[in-house]
Amino acid sequence: MFYREAGDFSTTYADDQQTFPIKFDRYRYYVVLFIAIVVIPFVINDYWANSLLLPFLIYAIAALGLNILVGYCGQVSLGTGGFMAVGAYSCYKFMTGVDIWWSGELLFRLPEFNIFFSVIMGGVMTALVGVLFGLPSLRIKGFYLAVATLAAQFFLVWLFNRVAWFYNYSASGQINAPERDMLGVLITGPSTEPWATYLFCLFFTIVCAVIARNMTRGASGRKWMAIRDMDIAAEIIGVNPLRAKLTAFAVSSFFVGISGALFFSVYLGAVEVGEAFGIQKSFLVLFMIIIGGLGSIFGSFAGAAFLVVLPVALKVVGVDWLGWPTDIVAHLNLVIVGGLIVIFLIAEPHGIAQLWRVAKEKLRLWPFPH
Amino acid sequence: MNEQLAFTIEVFANGLMAGVLYALVALGFVLIYKASGIFNYAQGVMALFAAMTLVGIQNGQVPFAHLINAIFGTEVHHFGWSVHSFAAILLTVVVMIALAWAVQQFVFKHLVGQEPIILFMATIGLAYFLEGVADLMWGSELKALNVCASEGNCLPQGMNVWLEGTTYEALGYGFFIDNLDIVASIVAAILVIGLVIFAQYTKQGRAMRAVADDHQAALSVGVSLNFIWVLVWSLAGFVALVAGIMWGAKSGVQFSLSLIALKALPVLMLGGFTSIPGAIVGGLIIGVGEKLFEFLIGAPYLGGATENWFAYMLALLFLVFRPQGLFGEKIIERV
Repeated sequence: MFYREAGDFSTTYADDQQTFPIKFDRYRYYVVLFIAIVVIPFVINDYWANSLLLPFLIYAIAALGLNILVGYCGQVSLGTGGFMAVGAYSCYKFMTGVDIWWSGELLFRLPEFNIFFSVIMGGVMTALVGVLFGLPSLRIKGFYLAVATLAAQFFLVWLFNRVAWFYNYSASGQINAPERDMLGVLITGPSTEPWATYLFCLFFTIVCAVIARNMTRGASGRKWMAIRDMDIAAEIIGVNPLRAKLTAFAVSSFFVGISGALFFSVYLGAVEVGEAFGIQKSFLVLFMIIIGGLGSIFGSFAGAAFLVVLPVALKVVGVDWLGWPTDIVAHLNLVIVGGLIVIFLIAEPHGIAQLWRVAKEKLRLWPFPH
Repeated sequence: MNEQLAFTIEVFANGLMAGVLYALVALGFVLIYKASGIFNYAQGVMALFAAMTLVGIQNGQVPFAHLINAIFGTEVHHFGWSVHSFAAILLTVVVMIALAWAVQQFVFKHLVGQEPIILFMATIGLAYFLEGVADLMWGSELKALNVCASEGNCLPQGMNVWLEGTTYEALGYGFFIDNLDIVASIVAAILVIGLVIFAQYTKQGRAMRAVADDHQAALSVGVSLNFIWVLVWSLAGFVALVAGIMWGAKSGVQFSLSLIALKALPVLMLGGFTSIPGAIVGGLIIGVGEKLFEFLIGAPYLGGATENWFAYMLALLFLVFRPQGLFGEKIIERV
């Protein structure tokens, strides 16, 4: 009835190739952006920012990154937690000024970076590390690769735990985000305003989503998908597997690194690496893209939203309304998440994104069945 | 005898023992992977679940006691009896078989023909589900596991005095080896031999191998796939129970028990997913390798705790040169 392309003529190539070719989709997208950028900052409070919106935005970036690697390029990775840790620790080092030592003497110290550029540098460093750990993917495939990426996960966490240089020799072994501002507005530290941190994360999320969307529908995305569907065939028709796989690892790790940097500096403020970036984090992000939908940008957001909201909702229902002990609710949470994953895989292996596609198709034809 | 050399040999022996325990977990993986092509991530959680169920039955705990108390406001905890170890193990085996049936009936029956990666994800979901259920059923606190054949005749703890004394007299250096590790190695050896005999000489074992070889061919000669899969999951559940008992007796029954599944992964990669001897050899290599590396290089030069990642790095390097593992079937790819 209202959701259809009839009467929506594209007269230029630019019109034809835009991200949302259907008018209704496009307006919906603008409305969502408007609400996110203009409305929410005025109504946001600490509780909403810290328990829902910030984790959602940050996990959405990580899910986008992992979705590029797993959903688009078909390289299963269980090292997300480790890569997030790389992002967090490089962000920390650049925030506090990177110091280079040589045989006991301080060679030089970089100036302290602005928080914005620190986060970007977190992404860049993670991309480099990601490419390094992506190299074996040229020989190792499937499950073997998934397990090989566990090496990255455990090695990186160990590294950040053991090498004191990464946490600036602090006695606790933790890293704490110092107070940093952007354009005079505090972004990190204990006395930030919720709207400022929210807008900071939102900016990164939107930019990452736009980049991801355009990369995946362009030449590089097609190469990734060719590799995913059958790498030998892709190689024969002229896709360079080395470049395709490594760019997927680089872009994916870049996003994951940015999300790790934000997770540490803006959201948590203080991080102990084994706790914040352990193997559980890798699985959490993987679940987000499975539930959301492999190989879909919208799916990354849907999955992140789902797995961020679910524990909070369960906690509200179980602890606040029913008055059950927190540990039981936490265990129920595990049961429900696990059960949902299995149910999703049985009912709809392509996740929430596929449900959304089916719903859209139905809407397009409505009120007629065919 | 050189002190350093003797110490290295002792580390080597301890590594062998640890390797046997890794191999025990890896075996469960190989069984399921061979018969159904499912890479069962939930194996570690199954070990945890089995161990918790065993402890719960032994102590006569009421299942889901916390949940029942929370809903109905009651105060139930224990039935007030305790079950003999042997009976408890039998009951746990029954529970694991029921679990195998349920897993097949409610999950994997509906996923037949899906891509392997989807099946893998399903087992991760299953792992979370089982972990939650185990915690809800028996409570998540650390439990001690004591398996006793009779009063005072339990699974042994502590180091072996006899071995230390004998080696001290013979070599001038007492070897320190855990009693439990010795028992675990013997049990693992018996289990492996038993499994091989089962697979080679019994009707069900042959059917199992037929299914592993070719599903359709097995179906056409009248092997029930459903039954074989339940059987395989039950066997994996049994292996998980044994592994759970051994690890549980060693370090208590708690969440970290399920993480041994992660340790078994590099073992599998080294040995190849489809090979039972591979699982054993891979386990031994990983066990010895990580202990020796920690002792010779990790602790003195790298600040210790290298055991966390050494196995994965070793497997990673190894795979770059031999992508199918030590004993895996050669990977042939065609367009």
